[in-house]
Amino acid sequence: MSQQVAFQSPPLDRHHSLFLLREMLRIRRFEEKCAELYSATKIRGFLHLYIGEEAVAVGALQALEPDDAIVATYREHGHALARGVSATSIMAEMYGKQEGCSRGRGGSMHLFNAATRFYGGNAIVGGGLPVAVGLALADKLQGRPRVTACFFGEGAVAEGEFHECLNLAALWKLPVLFCCENNLYAMGTALKRSESETDLCLKATSYEMPAWPIDGMDVMACEEATQRAVLTVRSGGGPCFLEFRTYRFRAHSMYDPQLYRDKQEVEQWKTRDPIAVFQARLQELGLLNEEDLKRIEEDITTEVAKAVEFAETGTWEPVEDLTKFVYSEKVQA
Amino acid sequence: MTVEAKTVRITYREAMRQALRDALHRDPRVFLMGEDVGRYGGCFAVSKGLLEEFGPERIRDTPLSESAFVGAGIGAAMGGMRPIVEIMTVNFSLLALDQIVNNAATMLHMSGGQFNIPLVIRMTTGAGRQLAAQHSHSLEGWYAHIPGIKVLTPATLADARGMLWTALQDPDPVLIFEHGGLYNMEGELAADAGAVDIDTAVVRRAGTDVSLITYGGTLSKVLQAAEELAGTGVSAEVVDLRSLRPLDTATVLASILRTHRAVIIDEGWRSGSISAELSARIMESAFYELDVPVARVCSAEVPMPYAKHMEEAALPQVHTIVETVRQMVGSRG
Repeated sequence: MSQQVAFQSPPLDRHHSLFLLREMLRIRRFEEKCAELYSATKIRGFLHLYIGEEAVAVGALQALEPDDAIVATYREHGHALARGVSATSIMAEMYGKQEGCSRGRGGSMHLFNAATRFYGGNAIVGGGLPVAVGLALADKLQGRPRVTACFFGEGAVAEGEFHECLNLAALWKLPVLFCCENNLYAMGTALKRSESETDLCLKATSYEMPAWPIDGMDVMACEEATQRAVLTVRSGGGPCFLEFRTYRFRAHSMYDPQLYRDKQEVEQWKTRDPIAVFQARLQELGLLNEEDLKRIEEDITTEVAKAVEFAETGTWEPVEDLTKFVYSEKVQA
Repeated sequence: MTVEAKTVRITYREAMRQALRDALHRDPRVFLMGEDVGRYGGCFAVSKGLLEEFGPERIRDTPLSESAFVGAGIGAAMGGMRPIVEIMTVNFSLLALDQIVNNAATMLHMSGGQFNIPLVIRMTTGAGRQLAAQHSHSLEGWYAHIPGIKVLTPATLADARGMLWTALQDPDPVLIFEHGGLYNMEGELAADAGAVDIDTAVVRRAGTDVSLITYGGTLSKVLQAAEELAGTGVSAEVVDLRSLRPLDTATVLASILRTHRAVIIDEGWRSGSISAELSARIMESAFYELDVPVARVCSAEVPMPYAKHMEEAALPQVHTIVETVRQMVGSRG
C-alpha cells in the first residue's frame, strides 16, 4: 500500500483554523438539514450526503484560485458550498425552484455555477474526467495558468474513462488535479471486491504522474497536500493524482439499508470524524473556545435557516419554459 | 449577357479538407483532434497535409480513447475553444456514447442554461465498401433521437464544403456524418463556395408524381432512380433532408402537397428509425394529402455482411427504389 505522506504542518493559525472548522460545519449542518427535508419530502430524487468526508472538499479547495475550475460528482454539495456557491441557491436547487443554481433543472446531483467555474454535479461515474481533461486542454492551448480539479470516487477507478483520462492528461501534460475520494465503497461494493489492485496511487503512477495518498479525515493534511500538488500542476508539470482516504458516515443515498458494511466499521470510522477531531485539536491548542464554537454554530444555523426560507419562498419555473435550455437561444440579429 | 460562374473540379474529400483548412485559418480557437488525424493524414485522408500546415497543437493525434477525447472536446468547448473532434466511424462513436449523450447533449439543460457546448464531432457512416458489421452501420438516425445535439448529413460537394463552418458557429454540439462512399465523389463546385445553412431540407430534383425523401450516401442512388423513372414517364421529386435533427418537416410536406406520394429511402434499419419518424410526421400532418400509404426502402435488418453480393442485397439500391416507386404509381392505376 502506498504510504501516506506526512506533511510538515506549519504552526496552526487561529483565524485560518477557525475558518476551516466553520466550512466543514457549514457542510455538515447544511446536509443534516437536507436529510430532514428529504424525509419531509421537500427534497426529492436522489440525495447523496457527504457527511464524514467534509475535510476533503474543504481542505482541497483552499488550494485553488478563483479562476481555477472544479468538476465534481453527484455527491457534491460540500464542494459547491466550499467553492462559494451560495447555500441559498443550492437549497433552492434541491427544492427544484428556478432560483436554484441550475434553475431547478439539475437537482442535488447536478449543481452548476458559472461564476465560480463549478462544472457540476456529474452523475455518471467517471463521466466528469474527460470533461476535466478538456477544460485543462483549453487552458493549456490558451496559455492560461489555471488548474482544473476533478473529484471522483474510488468507484470511478474501475471505469475505462479513468484510465483513458489519466493517460491523456499525462501524455499531453495537462493541468488537471485528479482528486480521488476513496471512501472504500462504490455504492455497496467494497474496493477490495472490485479491484485486483487496491493501491490506487500505483495505478496513477503507472501513467507517469505523481500520486500521493492523504488522510482524508484531516483537513490540514488535505489542504497541504493539495497545495503542493497544485504548485506542480500550475507550473506546467502535468497532472497530479491525490487519493484522499476517507469514509462516508451516512448511507450511499437515502434508499440504502447498508447491508454491505458492519455497523462496527462505521462506528470505528466515526471516532475519526474530521470535524470532531479537528475541533478537539483546536481546543487542546487553545485556538478554539466555547464562545467561538457557539458563534460559529449560530452563524451556520442562521445561514441554513435562510437557505431553507429562500428555497421555500422560491418560485416554480413556468411550465411554458419546459423546452428551454435544450439548445441555446438564438441571438436576435 | 450572363456571367459564367467559376467552378473547380473537386472531390468530396477535398471539399471537406478545404472546409477544415478554412476553419483553422479563420478562427484560432479551432483545432482538430482524433485518431490518426495528424501523422497518418486521417484514416480516410481527409486531414492529409493539415499537420504540416497547422502543427501538432492544432492537429492533435489522440490515443484510441474515444470517450476521453470526445469528452475532452466537450471540456475544451466549455473552456472557450472551438474543437472539431473526428471519430473514425460511427461504430467507434459508441465508445464515446456516454460523453455525447450524457454530457454534450445535457450540459446546457442540466446547468439551467449556464454551459453550452460549441463542439463539432465528425465521423464516417454507412456501408458499401465490404467493411462488414463493425465498420458499416448507419446509426445517425439513433443520434437524431437525442434532444440537445444537431445531426447533419452532407450529401453534396457544396454541403461537404459549407456545413462545417456553420456548425462551428453554432453554440451547441453538432454531429456531422460523412458517408464513407462519398469521399471519392467528384464534381464541380463553385470556386467561391462557402458556408451553407444547416437546418433546411432541399429539393434536389423537381417532380410531380412522387416524393423520394433521403439523405447522405443514398442521395446519389435516389437521383439515379429518379432519372431512370423519368425515362418511363414517372416524374419523381427528390428531397435531401441534409439535417436529421432538426428535421425540416415543412419542406417534406410541401413536396408531398405537390406529389401526393412519398417514399423514404434510408440506409439505416427501418425499425425505430429516422424513416419511421419521418413517416409518422407525414401521417400526422399530411394523411389526407396522400394517395397511397408512405413506403420505405431501408437496409435489411441484419448486421452488415462482408460478401459483396450480400452487402448489396442488404442495402437500398437503384433498382429497389425504382421497383418500389413503380408499384406505388401502378397501385393508383
